[in-house]
Amino acid sequence: MSQLEIKNLHVSIEGKEILKGLDLTVEQGKVHAIMGPNGTGKSTLAYTLMGHPSYEVTDGEVIFKGQNVLELEPDERSRLGLFLAFQYPVAIPGVTVANFLRTAINARRRAENPEDKGIPIPEFRKLLKDKMSMLKMDQNFAGRYLNDGFSGGEKKRAEILQMATLQPEIAILDETDSGLDIDALRIVSEGVNALMNKDMGVLVITHYQRLLNYIKPDHVHVMMAGRIVESGGPDLALHLEEKGYEWIREKYEEEAPA
Amino acid sequence: MEEKPKVVVSRTRKAVSTAKEFNFTEADVRAGKDSVASYRTSAWNTFKKLPLPDTSLEAWRRTDIHQLPADKFKFAGGGAFHDLPPVREDLLQPLVADQHGGQIVLLPGGSKIELDEKLAKQGVIFTDLRNAEEKHPDLLAKMIGKTVNVEEGKFSALAGAFAQNGVVLYVPKGVVVEEPLHSVLWGPGTDIAHISHILVLVDDGASVTYVHEAASPDLKGANSMHAGLVEIQVMQNASLKFVELQSWGRHVWNFSHERARVERDGNLDWIFGAIGSRITKNFSELDLAGEGAQGRMSGFYFTDGDQHLDHDTQQNHLAPHTTSDLLFKGALKGKSRSVWQGMIYVAPGAQKTDGYQANRNLVLSDAARADSIPGLEILADDVRCTHGATVGKLEQEPLFYLKSRGIPQKEAEKIVVEGFFDPIFQRIPFEGVRDRFQQYIADKMA
Repeated sequence: MSQLEIKNLHVSIEGKEILKGLDLTVEQGKVHAIMGPNGTGKSTLAYTLMGHPSYEVTDGEVIFKGQNVLELEPDERSRLGLFLAFQYPVAIPGVTVANFLRTAINARRRAENPEDKGIPIPEFRKLLKDKMSMLKMDQNFAGRYLNDGFSGGEKKRAEILQMATLQPEIAILDETDSGLDIDALRIVSEGVNALMNKDMGVLVITHYQRLLNYIKPDHVHVMMAGRIVESGGPDLALHLEEKGYEWIREKYEEEAPA
Repeated sequence: MEEKPKVVVSRTRKAVSTAKEFNFTEADVRAGKDSVASYRTSAWNTFKKLPLPDTSLEAWRRTDIHQLPADKFKFAGGGAFHDLPPVREDLLQPLVADQHGGQIVLLPGGSKIELDEKLAKQGVIFTDLRNAEEKHPDLLAKMIGKTVNVEEGKFSALAGAFAQNGVVLYVPKGVVVEEPLHSVLWGPGTDIAHISHILVLVDDGASVTYVHEAASPDLKGANSMHAGLVEIQVMQNASLKFVELQSWGRHVWNFSHERARVERDGNLDWIFGAIGSRITKNFSELDLAGEGAQGRMSGFYFTDGDQHLDHDTQQNHLAPHTTSDLLFKGALKGKSRSVWQGMIYVAPGAQKTDGYQANRNLVLSDAARADSIPGLEILADDVRCTHGATVGKLEQEPLFYLKSRGIPQKEAEKIVVEGFFDPIFQRIPFEGVRDRFQQYIADKMA
């Protein structure tokens, strides 16, 4: 079974260090949640794992399937099995959801076999239709321009639709609950749960416990000032909900060298 | 008595023209009957009088042609095409439907003409200029020199005086031509001046779709030129869809003056696609001359290497209740440059007009440059005119997003560029033309 191993990850943006030696292992078949106050580097971690060019890795490695993914381009990471559900999905005007997904599927097929002619249209239509029904999405959604003029809920659903279509082995959900009302949150969570299987590991990044009522984590990690400072089971999330982050901050700061 | 101070004016920027002159003489002006003869004489006189344009002229400020080897160019002799590369087969395929109602291929020193008999019986004339000069002098008298004034510039005069051939399309009153008409101007060879004159008259209540394509092989290190005139008249209640595509080789200096006049309640849908040539300077004007006339102009261009494409458009609202809608979109790679300069003019009394113009550019490399200059000149008070011009770069965030889904960099760039052009595709009612533009993008992005 493969796993994503993050070792001593240091990341800077515009010369400022955000991640300061982060260690974390995400196993396939498990849901890991990262919680933490705003500004501790949660989104930096998400973007770095996917290879955003603005984030500079100064030390550490991220091993997946025997490769240091930090040496790969974002598209190579994706084809290796990583997926990031963006907190702020980007609008691509002029490109429909359907065309975009077909292009993404075909990019995978061609990477495996340069002679590949692409997914047959009927097969693709059926695939898309099935995934959209699962996420309770209107079929005409496929003909809209990707994220262009989408509501917050539509954007997040479109992210999960992409995840469902691309079937990653490690999925990172970056604040997927932000901007969602309770109905949208339920639909998105049900989608993630339906996709969950023994070959997929999920890393849920969230500020609030709320999402974890729907997507049950196996492991909960607390992130603070660029590191994982506490790890535990599902109880840890409930504890945080009740007590806030203050007790961890105190504990962590006591431990930290003066 | 105090001496007046002596003022010495020294001009540091002297318009130095190192341009060569054309060697064409009056003997090169093809003989014609009556109206054609007098038209050509006046064009010749204008040609003689005007110097080659230089950058001191506002319209040519951004397009410098002083390196044009004008003295090298000669006209192709009769049958010259026999010794030159043949027309590319793909250019002959129908672009906007399964089959053509007619097709004309203009070659150096020759032409091929086909027209559906049914259309010929209905009185549709679709032939080349030389043939029309022989057989339809009265019709030509109603078309030649009727929209483009040869005095507009050196190249309009040149094309008027020396047109080697061209296309004449006439659709009689009330005739609806279903199958599109197609012409190809194939310009192979080097040091050749390809000169074309296209004349279209769609009579009252008639309608037609016409596609004209100019192309040539790509010849590095060589020079050829094209100068063309396009004169269009869309009469009352008539409708014309006109698609023009140019994929001239990188050695071609391309100049054209085009003007369409639309009469009362007439409708023109005018589509431009430009990917070729070394330099293009195109003047395209839309005259909305009759009340209720409508015109739409949609332009697609994509430059790379050291190409330079300059489109100068004008939407003239000359009557009340007229509508114009222009959108030109271009992408640029390499060290290429594009210029779009547009003007909406509303004449006094042309009330209730609605004019729109927009130019959008996507600059894909640091060394490329797009100039976008919109303009309005409004002499009526109850009008609605809007315009917009943008020059943008390929943004990092959409590319990262697409790549994060497994799409490689080059393909991601292509997707973003296609998305950029989508508003133009949306305006084009022909799948074949849209496919052609997609192909242009794929070729340029490869």
